[in-house]
Amino acid sequence: MIIKDAPIVLETKGMTKRFPGVLANDHVDLKLHKGEILALLGENGAGKSTLMNMIYGLYHPDEGEIWIKGEKVRLNDPGDAIARGVGMVHQHFQLVPVMTVAENVMLGAEITRGLYLDQRTAVTKVHELSMQYGLEVDPTAVIEDLPVGTQQRVEIIKALYRNADILILDEPTAVLTPQEAHELFRIMNDLTEQGVSIIFITHKLKEVLAVADRVGVLRGGKYVGTADPKTATEASLAELMVGRKVILQVDKAKAQPGEPVLKVSDLVVKDDRDQIAVDGLSLEVHAGEILGVAGVQGNGQREFVEALTGLRPVVSGKAVIAGQDITHAPPRTITELGVAHIPEDREKHGLVMPYTLADNMVLNRYYQKPYANGIILNQEKIDQDGAALVEKYDVRTPSVYTPASSLSGGNKQKVIVAREFSREMKLLIANQPTRGIDVGSIEFIHNQIVAQRDEGVAVLLVSAELDEVLGLADRVAVIFDGRIVKTLSIAEATRERVGLLMAGSDA
Amino acid sequence: METTTSIPIWKRIWDRLGILGAIIILVLIGIVVSFIQNQQVTTAVLSSTIRQSTPLVLGALCGLIGERTGIINIGIEGQMLMAAFIGYLANVYIGQLGVFSVGMTLFLAALIGIATGALLGLLLAFMSVTLKMDQIIGGTVINILAIGITGYFYQVGLTTQGKLQPIALGRLADIPLVGPVLFDNPPITYITLILVVVVHYMLFYTRWGLRSRAVGEYPSAADTVGINVYLMRYVNTTIAGGFAGLAGVFLTLEAVGSFERLMTNGRGFVALAVMIFGKWTPFGAWGAALLFGFATAMQTQFQFMGNLTIPHQFIGMLPYLLTIVVLAGFVGRSRPPAAEGIPYEKE
Amino acid sequence: MSEQSVEEGNGRSSSWLRRIWNTTSVPVGAVLLAALIGAAILAISGANPLDAYAALIKGSFGDSAAVGRTLEKATPLIFSGLAVAFAFKAGLFNIGAQGQLLVGAIVAAYVGFSIEGLPAIIHAPLALIAGAAAGAIYGAFPGALKTYTGANEVITTIMLNYVAINLTDYLADGPWKDTTPGNVVARTPKIFDSAAIPFVGDIPIGFFIALLMAVITWWLLYKTTIGFEIRTVGLNPHAAKYAGIKVAFTVILTMTLSGLLAGMGGSIETQGIVGRYQPGFNANLGFDGITVALLGKTHPFGVIPAALLIGAMKAGSSQMQFSADVAKEITDVIMAFILFFVAADMIIRWILRTRAAEGEKITLSTGWGK
Repeated sequence: MIIKDAPIVLETKGMTKRFPGVLANDHVDLKLHKGEILALLGENGAGKSTLMNMIYGLYHPDEGEIWIKGEKVRLNDPGDAIARGVGMVHQHFQLVPVMTVAENVMLGAEITRGLYLDQRTAVTKVHELSMQYGLEVDPTAVIEDLPVGTQQRVEIIKALYRNADILILDEPTAVLTPQEAHELFRIMNDLTEQGVSIIFITHKLKEVLAVADRVGVLRGGKYVGTADPKTATEASLAELMVGRKVILQVDKAKAQPGEPVLKVSDLVVKDDRDQIAVDGLSLEVHAGEILGVAGVQGNGQREFVEALTGLRPVVSGKAVIAGQDITHAPPRTITELGVAHIPEDREKHGLVMPYTLADNMVLNRYYQKPYANGIILNQEKIDQDGAALVEKYDVRTPSVYTPASSLSGGNKQKVIVAREFSREMKLLIANQPTRGIDVGSIEFIHNQIVAQRDEGVAVLLVSAELDEVLGLADRVAVIFDGRIVKTLSIAEATRERVGLLMAGSDA
Repeated sequence: METTTSIPIWKRIWDRLGILGAIIILVLIGIVVSFIQNQQVTTAVLSSTIRQSTPLVLGALCGLIGERTGIINIGIEGQMLMAAFIGYLANVYIGQLGVFSVGMTLFLAALIGIATGALLGLLLAFMSVTLKMDQIIGGTVINILAIGITGYFYQVGLTTQGKLQPIALGRLADIPLVGPVLFDNPPITYITLILVVVVHYMLFYTRWGLRSRAVGEYPSAADTVGINVYLMRYVNTTIAGGFAGLAGVFLTLEAVGSFERLMTNGRGFVALAVMIFGKWTPFGAWGAALLFGFATAMQTQFQFMGNLTIPHQFIGMLPYLLTIVVLAGFVGRSRPPAAEGIPYEKE
Repeated sequence: MSEQSVEEGNGRSSSWLRRIWNTTSVPVGAVLLAALIGAAILAISGANPLDAYAALIKGSFGDSAAVGRTLEKATPLIFSGLAVAFAFKAGLFNIGAQGQLLVGAIVAAYVGFSIEGLPAIIHAPLALIAGAAAGAIYGAFPGALKTYTGANEVITTIMLNYVAINLTDYLADGPWKDTTPGNVVARTPKIFDSAAIPFVGDIPIGFFIALLMAVITWWLLYKTTIGFEIRTVGLNPHAAKYAGIKVAFTVILTMTLSGLLAGMGGSIETQGIVGRYQPGFNANLGFDGITVALLGKTHPFGVIPAALLIGAMKAGSSQMQFSADVAKEITDVIMAFILFFVAADMIIRWILRTRAAEGEKITLSTGWGK
């Protein structure tokens, strides 16, 4: 590759963006050469998305310049960016679920004959693009029926349809199996050979080393350096990204598993669209061990956890916790059995945003002594104990009376962890416990989970981050299509093997 | 994509229309049978059904254009009431000028009424999009505002030069049953039937429709391809307001000919049930409105029949009870636009 | 959104005065702005706004009889305001306070006129409770419909208002009609004195019952586990479910209690003010409850001054019509604008440059089926 000599297609100079209370981007200079894959590395909150949103015209920089193909540009909205050949695949797909692939692709750049929307031509065009770039997809399929990997291809076609030659991919592998990720990398290489330049946003170090031509690192809103993937190591990149030495491995002793605490057999659960999402799932978790459930997002994990915690009805099968059948039990019964639950979506399920931290800390035991006497609340005790938990779990907040909404993601998660871990517990169900939070909070929460295990708690860890599962679990159960396809000991669980299982093939 | 031609035509029609088609055929047979038995009553009831359904269809079109773009409009009642009132006043005062013919006066008055509805739609958009107010409260504000303003400015004893008259469509109007019911109506009734087709076409076969639906289902997807979500919502809610305005002037310029306090009588709310029952589609809304119109027409018919054993208050409850039943039975089964009611915030 | 509120947490240091200003500035500003617009409308229609407002104030606070009238008008508004505000706390919009109030009023009247010979100490409370219970049942119904079928309470309660109007009309013109010779209008007989809630001087005792209910409502909402559950459901139903709260039960309970408050308002109106049920005498009390609730920032104690203000406008409007020759309905217009400005608090906050407190914003619109 002769990247160095290739012309610069995109450049930012001194990009700065402030949000109330946060300096999201602080004079960021970035260069992208024609036909290269530039990986933009940084932890959550480092300012990667803010920078990309400015390049895509969604945000407006407070200071700084954007140059595209040698021309200084002002981008008022995504339309301006699209017109200059910038395309973006967002982390959360920007597709209308009830519309077809072709409708989604042409949205905003419709083909019309008079007033009439020309669906037929759009379908042909999408078909042509999918042939040209090897992005297999049915143009007439409805988005919500497609697997996430295919939806991602639709997003890429959407950009190509608009003649994008600068493509921004925001955390594109978060929803893919390792094998699907490799397929994506192949597509990315194909694209660069056809002259497309790519910015690839990620926080996964292995991927950066595998696919990037160059690595740029953001930390705390600042551009802190460029690395060459040929010479860099995971450790050196991590240090650059976080700003200090990072222990990539969680330190833990060997598990001392005891009696089974959770037994699930042939569980069947439906999703919101009334389709079978969990399809005959069986597993066991023992006291004193961490069972990690690995799998690509959307293979029934959410429905499985919601069914276990009483939030979703079970169609058939059986779940037993500590000897008690909880298949059809309501959430409160399950909680009172000693089950702690870190929910997948902390803002939706885990917290009441306008409530104070103190009230959030008693969200599932406000009715018990000493917080209530009959129906009368003991607010003083609630506030007092809340303050103690804030202290103990290192929640960074001005006071215990602060509403939960004003905390950062990591601190919100710590409030949930504090609440759940401060109860008597036999079983911990943690679903995506560290999604979207900073490295410091991740380390803290991982250590807390291991500490609970060592106290004899059974831990069910569900995570789409394969590294998290492999780093924490004592045994790994791989979920695919609503079923556990295999359970491996941590020694057997190599990345390659788990990856294949995640894609549904039993290796 | 080529469709396979091996499926017979009748099968494809059945797949498209299914049970709905069967019901339509049964209803048509029922009408014919009833017509053979009693020509006059059947014609009267069906004509009344069309008349009663007109404001409901227009109200439902107002509701669905808004909701397809993600704005819940509970202020249809107020938009209708205000438009009815202003349209009526316009008819009175333009008539007093003595410059225009009766027809022209009515036309101008109708336009002013439509504009009134549209203006209140703009207000709703301002409240929901710019102020990010709760949309249900925003609609309630419009309703209470309309009741207050029309109540304060209402005066008795105003006179007009007339109301919109039926236009018989030539020979078509002479067909038995169908003629008087469908082809001998005043203009707003015809316009409403045309609007059902137009809105259907616009919503599902044009760029505007595709964009509107995208904005109502997944606004950020529209935003990221350069569609101005706020503008779409402003424009559509305003246009929709015009439909409610037309429903209002239907009452004062076509159906009744004068204004009475609170004359909309809950039609704006019933229209929302009609919209839901019709699954947010214009033809669905039209069918649902006919059902409600029929219930109301029967209510009038009962009162004419003389040998009344049921107190009129109970018959008066019918449309409202029907609304509750429809909501209870159908809300869970139909799928509203995903983003309705939620103010759009960039990231 | 989270970024914006980062600084809010540090707002602890702000003085008491500042906090009072932050919570009252919007209602006060809304009333003033609405009064200004009302004045403009009066001026346009050829009246002298100053004269009109002077007459309005004289008619509502001019002497002890006027104050009594204001309290009389405010009393049912406190109830309907509490009913709407209470439902808001669970994220429910009870537009049906009107219907619940009517049902309560007519049932209280029935108990009041049909049972003879009970001592007042039993009869009056019995009628009060019967009306409250009727309102509670009438409120529970849309709550149950929402829970079990997903039918949105906004539309069902509006429809039930129309049903209630028809139903009470039927009763007052049919089985429960006043058969006094010479009576042609639809109304029930007068209730017995033993069922009446009397006045102390010019002040209706019902007003004190209303104050008591406001305190009870506040206590229930903020000092008990039931209130915690209701507020949690209102702010985040998903988290409520996660926390083991029975959301369906809470929704029905809230609508029942909201209906109870409205029904009790109807009882008080019948027993303390009208003395019988007569269609049209209670028009709009339920709808005014929406304005009262929002003006009172959906807080039980905020409802009281809000109801007093609206009550004063109603009490003084006759005087205004009489001495300034202004149609009474101008107060409806002013009230509509008050509602608009309170709901559109951003406008006033922008004018006054104050900030919203956390959790103050009301959110109801979540679509029809959820």
